[in-house]
Amino acid sequence: MSTLTAELAPKPSKPWAAAPLDRAKTAGIFFAAAAISYLVVLSTPMKGKLAYIAVFFIAYIVIDFVSTFIKLGRPGAVDAVFRAVVTMAVAIAVTPIVSILITVWLRGHKGLHIGLFTTDMRSTAYTDPISQGGLLHAIIGTFLLVFFAMIISVPIGILTAIYLTEIRGKFTRPISFLVQAMSGVPSIVAGLFIYAAILLPFTKKLNGIEGSLALAILMIPTVARMSEEVLRLIPGDLREAGVALGGTQWRSVAMVVVPAARSGLITAVILGIARVAGETAPLLLLTGGSGSKNFNMFKDSMGSLPNYIWQCFATGTPESITRAWAGILVLLVIVVVLFVAARTLGSRKVGKK
Amino acid sequence: MSQILEQSTAPLPEKRQLTTVPRLSDRIFRGIVTGGGLSSLLILGLILGFLLYNGYSTLRQQGLNFLTGSDWQAVVTDSGAFDVNNSHFGLAAMLIGTMIVAIIAVIVGVPISVGASVYLTFYAPNAIKKIMVSAIDLMAAFPSVLFGLWGFFVLEPSGEYWAKLLHKYLGFIPIFQLPAPYVTRSPFIAGLVLAVMIIPIVTSVSREIFSQTPLDRIQAAYALGATRFAMLRAVAFPYARSGIVGGVMLGLGRAMGETVAVYTVLNIVYQVNWHILFSAGGNVASMILLKFGEASPNEVKALMAAGLVLFILTLIVNSIANLIVTRTGKSGR
Repeated sequence: MSTLTAELAPKPSKPWAAAPLDRAKTAGIFFAAAAISYLVVLSTPMKGKLAYIAVFFIAYIVIDFVSTFIKLGRPGAVDAVFRAVVTMAVAIAVTPIVSILITVWLRGHKGLHIGLFTTDMRSTAYTDPISQGGLLHAIIGTFLLVFFAMIISVPIGILTAIYLTEIRGKFTRPISFLVQAMSGVPSIVAGLFIYAAILLPFTKKLNGIEGSLALAILMIPTVARMSEEVLRLIPGDLREAGVALGGTQWRSVAMVVVPAARSGLITAVILGIARVAGETAPLLLLTGGSGSKNFNMFKDSMGSLPNYIWQCFATGTPESITRAWAGILVLLVIVVVLFVAARTLGSRKVGKK
Repeated sequence: MSQILEQSTAPLPEKRQLTTVPRLSDRIFRGIVTGGGLSSLLILGLILGFLLYNGYSTLRQQGLNFLTGSDWQAVVTDSGAFDVNNSHFGLAAMLIGTMIVAIIAVIVGVPISVGASVYLTFYAPNAIKKIMVSAIDLMAAFPSVLFGLWGFFVLEPSGEYWAKLLHKYLGFIPIFQLPAPYVTRSPFIAGLVLAVMIIPIVTSVSREIFSQTPLDRIQAAYALGATRFAMLRAVAFPYARSGIVGGVMLGLGRAMGETVAVYTVLNIVYQVNWHILFSAGGNVASMILLKFGEASPNEVKALMAAGLVLFILTLIVNSIANLIVTRTGKSGR
């Protein structure tokens, strides 16, 4: 009986999926357009990468339009052209990322050597050969700056998120609005603010903690908004269960909601760190760029990766530019690792451990 | 049995007090959380207050000229004192520069971002979608100094070539004219770098809005025989339009406040320059960074006032953007 139905039942098929013929046709148009663009660039005075891409794109659209027009008429042809346009848009959007990653690797790896992570720039000028000196002071500085910024901003950010999701008092709408507004504060303004509020009236000197405060201002909105999103995903059942077991709101938030959202909250913090790790402008105003290791946040200027990159770039000799790219490579690796960590943690289902 | 009897003879517990007043621990908890929540208000207020406090003297001396004038000179008398009467701080040149660069970024970046988000929401196969979305989100986390250096070393040579093409074929339009044949480090190239920088945020906002398009309307359009483009035009675009405007405003706000990337790729000259291909320009943020290094205390005050103007400007743009985005998001749910 069962074999009979199996024979009679139609085979599962996807009539909407691209048939081999369609794929062959797309590939054909693609290669035809590529060939046309090659020939046009070869035979006319238009030159350069831009010409190849532009001619290819126009040729692709024209061929695609005509061939679809013959088969499906005008609506189908317009649809095909639009598809080509948005595909092109996404290709353009991704091109800079690929270009940036390749550039950073190609230019940065020349400056990599083991001494980069074991020495600092205390007795080395930016113009010295790349094999001398290193990034240790900058890595330590960035780590300390970001760490202190984290200590300041994470409690504030998560408290804001808890207010927005758990308390929902009369300030919910204004605070939600202000947090969003705060995420648009330009980094230079955050730097100017700390300069005006702390450096001018009190310390009068560059030091690390001022940089951390400015970074914290930039980090709070990211942490708050991401945490809010995560806390919203926690099912109301969990809160109700906490209260039904006799917990006060404080206990149900602290022992049920926050632990359930733990991995999401860590993601929020990591994204916040990634946001500020490469922030340059406020550090230029507030922390200065010392070449030697400085572990004291409250005294003397403190080097950091962005500052190192900036100084090397501003010096402008081939050696210092290579240094800048090596610094960028290290910074980028840190940012990418943080980002991947956040993604991996965040993709786990919220509410499960 | 006997135990129960024994217990029942014990005195009854007092009646429980039922009340809606939260316990002390909860009140403390709520107080702390509310305090943390209000800190964003406090910080924004403090930023406004301190910048106003430091910039007030400049704003009072210069009056409206601070927004309309376009020369920036801190004059020092022979004795080395600050010459209030002959010093001019007018921000107009940099305000115009800020707008020019940001608008170029929006004009270039927004079609790309919206197209990309349409592709990612309605066209992309799942595997490609995942990779592309991760890549674009990753780009949002790139530090701005990286965009600056990339713009300076990689985009600049191509950008110069494009600028020359624009000048050659569209040179009859005033903004593409060149007062002198210098096209390096122009507002055009700064705008391109900013366009790349705002692509992630505009893409993710538009993608969010597009993905909220009601499924029943999409299916209704398909059921009526619409092609995908016809569906987009009839359903998705009208639905997402205002949200995309919000996303564009967010991108504009981001582009207006950018400091380091603009400083790197733009030849900052304090003058009003409408010729976007010409090698001079600037924006408020990068000008502050440029002048800050060797500024006298009085000029620092003027820079604080400039920071205040920038802060208010970005705050307004961002607030409008957020209002639009939030409203659209709510109505779709």
